[in-house]
Amino acid sequence: MRTLRSSASVAPLAAALIALAAFPYVGGKFYVDLVLTTMILSIFALSLELLVGNTGLVSFGHAAFFGIGAYATALLTPSANAPSLAWLLPAVLVIAGLAAAAIGALSLRTRGVYFIMVTLAFAQMAYYVFHDTKLAGGSDGMYLYVKPVLAIGGFTLVDLGNSRTFYYATLAALALVFALLATIGRSRFGHALAGIRANEQRMRAVGFSTYSYKLAAFVLGGALAGIAGFLHAVKDGFVNPEILAWHQSGAVLLMLILGGIGSLRGAVLGAFIFVLLKELFQSEVLFGGFARHWQLPLGLTIIACVALMPNGVVAVPAQLRRLRAPVAHAG
Amino acid sequence: MPADILLRAEGVSRHFGGLVAVDDVSLALVRNEVHAVIGTNGAGKSTLVNVLAGELSASGGRVQLLGRDVTRWPQPRRARAGLGRSYQRTTIFPRASVFENCRLAAQAHAQNALDWWSDAKTCGESTKLAERAIEQAGLAAQTHRTAGTLSHGQKRQLEIAMCLATAPAVLLLDEPLAGMGPEETDRMLQLLSMLKPAHAILLVEHDMDAVFRIADHITVMVNGAVLASGEPAAIRANADVQSAYLGEAPESAVPAPVV
Amino acid sequence: MDFAVFLVQCLNAVQYGLLLFLVASGLTLIFGILGVINLAHGSFYMIGAYLAYALAPWVATHLGGGFFTALVIGLVLSVAFGYVLEWGFVSYLYHREHLQQVLMTYGLILVFEELRSILVGDDVHGVPPPAWLAGSIPLGGVMSYPLYRLFISGVCIAVALGLYAVIARTRLGMAIRAGASNREMVQSLGVDIRLLYRIVFASGVALAVFAGMIAAPVSSVYPGMGNQVLIVSFVVVVIGGIGSIRGALLASLLVGFVDTFGNVLMPQIAGMLVYVLMAVILLWRPEGLFRTS
Repeated sequence: MRTLRSSASVAPLAAALIALAAFPYVGGKFYVDLVLTTMILSIFALSLELLVGNTGLVSFGHAAFFGIGAYATALLTPSANAPSLAWLLPAVLVIAGLAAAAIGALSLRTRGVYFIMVTLAFAQMAYYVFHDTKLAGGSDGMYLYVKPVLAIGGFTLVDLGNSRTFYYATLAALALVFALLATIGRSRFGHALAGIRANEQRMRAVGFSTYSYKLAAFVLGGALAGIAGFLHAVKDGFVNPEILAWHQSGAVLLMLILGGIGSLRGAVLGAFIFVLLKELFQSEVLFGGFARHWQLPLGLTIIACVALMPNGVVAVPAQLRRLRAPVAHAG
Repeated sequence: MPADILLRAEGVSRHFGGLVAVDDVSLALVRNEVHAVIGTNGAGKSTLVNVLAGELSASGGRVQLLGRDVTRWPQPRRARAGLGRSYQRTTIFPRASVFENCRLAAQAHAQNALDWWSDAKTCGESTKLAERAIEQAGLAAQTHRTAGTLSHGQKRQLEIAMCLATAPAVLLLDEPLAGMGPEETDRMLQLLSMLKPAHAILLVEHDMDAVFRIADHITVMVNGAVLASGEPAAIRANADVQSAYLGEAPESAVPAPVV
Repeated sequence: MDFAVFLVQCLNAVQYGLLLFLVASGLTLIFGILGVINLAHGSFYMIGAYLAYALAPWVATHLGGGFFTALVIGLVLSVAFGYVLEWGFVSYLYHREHLQQVLMTYGLILVFEELRSILVGDDVHGVPPPAWLAGSIPLGGVMSYPLYRLFISGVCIAVALGLYAVIARTRLGMAIRAGASNREMVQSLGVDIRLLYRIVFASGVALAVFAGMIAAPVSSVYPGMGNQVLIVSFVVVVIGGIGSIRGALLASLLVGFVDTFGNVLMPQIAGMLVYVLMAVILLWRPEGLFRTS
């Protein structure tokens, strides 16, 4: 059975971390912004990896928690004074976690395809809450007029309004979330989740109350998605209901499969590949007027990638090796 | 010596819509006894095991485990209370090692439920339980092999080892001999007789020779209900059982019981 | 709410529910029998609506026919389309994990949406109902009800009866019911399971396309219509139970009523009501009202 793997060696991870840290000094503003967006999406993807890759729970409604985290951030941010990270971030975590607990408690009563459809439906419900009601500006969305800070005494340690600071805060968040999930993957809890993914019935027969484990994973995944939402809200200073659209839930699932299910590196890689593909297909330089139909090549690419590389990019080296040495496997 | 009844089923029944799969079945599982349940296909044996294990809820009747009424308990709770079961179709985790299979099973008992930070490999409790179970099942030499590469007989042994790793008092074994050749069958029967003193064992089986070698008590089921229940010799001589199930006359030699 | 208004809303609810049933029954059949979760099902509905819009003028000029001719042609096209799609795409999904099916059919949605955008554009269109159905019948003294909407309900009921007749009474229906539970047995009976799957899939596509075509005059034709119908159909299938046509019918009507009356009585939260309904039912029956084992 697969537990969540982080890389076999730490070197590539360290290299990536250094590259990301150095990037603002070499990249132009547009590209730094793109990398920032990708890092936020990576956190979003990692949060879902715990559910899909480790526990085998295919949730098609994960955007709900991203959106709830973003909207909670916007709604809790006062209009004048900068809120303190010390209470805002935990608050967002708790709110996203509670939403996940509520939705998870109901959704996890179902299995397999039902679960996929039910999570999709609940995410739609969340979408309508923000889109149809006046709770947070309806379909127009709402703005954040100040960004959170972390201050002790009168001394400001971290001001997320500063774009450099925000970039490194996001990078730190990504590294922390990655490390957290790697730890969980190795832990007893993580192994239990992997067992549930492999054969839930057997786990029950042996004495695991699998519903509780799945719910715990779902809540944790939701809370972490909330962090990604928080970062998204602070980055743009703007939230609107489209971040809860089911296309977002589809996109994050796609990132996982592009990178490789069950791999933390894969989740991050998948996020990068997805953003790159979108930029590529939307590029008017390359496609001219046709660029507005970018969803067509994207759709075809999705189909091709899933059909040809179902185990994602991280599995490609192994796939190639198997192609070159067909003797070893009977199939 | 007073019977040490570890599991008791009283009037257990199970319906599926209009279909009665298990009809008013009562039995008692006693320590140091192998209780075999036999019957033709569709007689309700597997459904009975599922109800006793808690995978299916009973439509009627009571199930008592170690003196406690567990009729309403879900399966994991019964498992933690000392009820182990193995499956007819092998349900081991093929990609993990033999050790990891058993360690994970033991973890259900040995760990703090939501411990998300401690490395799984450092759990001393579950390691000990796993090693003991592997030893008991006779798989010590295969401890670090990937479960999927084991032979069929070894996989069935692992299936039992996973049960044992949870330190159960009662074992519900659903056709553990399925698909085994004579050597593997012998080994499995020896394993069962070794386990007997410390456990109460329910054995659902089709292999009649094996059943008569090892069972101390036999219950025959037909159409979901108990046709006859008693000692092997009595069952063999029972006319109803013969016509319904065993078919031929009892002249065939009684094979030597496994000691 | 006075009685006439109430009656009108009931009729609307039934009409919406029955249309939903056509779409959901295809979805539940495809999932129940083929084991494929098909996100692109809503796209078929959208294709049906755009077909109604695009075919009408062509049929009028080249064949001199009207609405019904267009319907028939659309049906034929959709069956052919479903057949080819199953052969060339869906058949590769049968042995794949749910996640892969979900993503591949999601990619298909994007492809269909953009093809539609390229071929027919993104404008919203109206489709006029056939002249003889364009009137209204009086209800009570003051209100009247559009004849075309009654026509929709009538047609859907006819289709539902037809579905029942096929599944319960014909050999094809028997094969379908058997194929849902035991593929090997059906094959050993000499039924070509691949052909069966192709027929079932094409029928599911045809049902959704047909629903889109007859709905076009009342719902108009716009880009996002497929996605909306898809998600509500999922809710219907979850409530009704995967693979159950009976469940799909009951759930569709339930959703029809909740949605219609919700829009009238509580418009602000109307969009969410259907999901609240689903949540309530899940609390009670996690596998739907009529699960097939």
